Amino acid sequence: MAQDEEKSSGEGLDAEAYNRRRRGRSLAIAFVLAGLAVLFYVVTVIKLGPGVMNRPL
Amino acid sequence: MIDLEATRSGAFAAGGNASVRDFVALLKPRVMSLVVFTAFVGIAVAPGGMHPVLAATALLCIAVGAGASGALNMWYDADIDARMGRTRLRPIPRGAVTPGEALAFGLVLSVFSVLTLGLLVSWAASALLAFTIFFYAVVYTMWLKRSTPQNIVIGGASGAFPPMIGWAAVTGTVSIESIVLFLIIFFWTPPHFWALALYKSADYRRAGVPMLPVVAGDAATRRQIFAYSLILVPLGMAPAAVGLGGPLYLAVSGVLGALFLGLAWQVRRGEGDAAARRLFAFSILYLFLLFALLLVEPAIGIAPFASLAGGLS
Repeated sequence: MAQDEEKSSGEGLDAEAYNRRRRGRSLAIAFVLAGLAVLFYVVTVIKLGPGVMNRPL
Repeated sequence: MIDLEATRSGAFAAGGNASVRDFVALLKPRVMSLVVFTAFVGIAVAPGGMHPVLAATALLCIAVGAGASGALNMWYDADIDARMGRTRLRPIPRGAVTPGEALAFGLVLSVFSVLTLGLLVSWAASALLAFTIFFYAVVYTMWLKRSTPQNIVIGGASGAFPPMIGWAAVTGTVSIESIVLFLIIFFWTPPHFWALALYKSADYRRAGVPMLPVVAGDAATRRQIFAYSLILVPLGMAPAAVGLGGPLYLAVSGVLGALFLGLAWQVRRGEGDAAARRLFAFSILYLFLLFALLLVEPAIGIAPFASLAGGLS
């Protein structure tokens, strides 16, 4: 891709900023995954209702 | 594709340096807001109703799917974006996100949004969402955008699908009502974008994108804008004919349509960039108000007209 004049915003940044961004991304992924788990749980309860535990094995 | 970049400017450019905000920018949040709104209207006006949590889940999946196609678009179009003033500060041209990161981000979100919508809400809606992402990322971005001045006419379909997905999330089907909502956005897109392209044509010319004003000239674009507006305005009133709108909708959509045609006519007569800017701004308001009316009218107790489609729907 043509980005000749563009410089990576990473250049010149110290390790601290790099680590801070990585930590931010990790936290965001953690929240999204936790949210997804909660979502599937809640929708399961809604769709199956009180009968959620009352199923044949 | 990213290897050259990565090796040239050292370790950081190999990726891993983007903030959360950069990734959010890949989702095109402003486009997403229109998608969420029209999808919400599709859900709200569909017969039958659904559990609020399921409705919210459907909206979330549609929003994430739309964001994913935005990220795929920015991955593929990074070369164009770097050459246009409007887009040169997007995350990839700015160097904050590598193309590979954007591609992975877009693909993962596409798969998750489609599967989640299917598993939790409706496979019919899920299939439509998958088709929408495919249409925007592959048919529009990879194929049409660079090859034909009709790019946005057909590509506009991807922006028109959200209310249809919302409708399908509730009803499990595609029917005349959701087709009308689709057609409104479909025929709204060309006058909306060509009005923008008229006063941004230098940008598109520099980037080598064959937008209509670049390829066919201003005069042809102005004629096309007016022609599409003539199709759009009756369609904008059509919800009143398929059982979605009542007297208030019919009246207001008629007035808004007349205003739209008036502005389009000013563009048609070639009244410079100012007319195109006015039409562009008004077109956003027009679409927003039409869909908002579909929500408001039932909420204040005005019943829609009986559908002319009768047994068809």
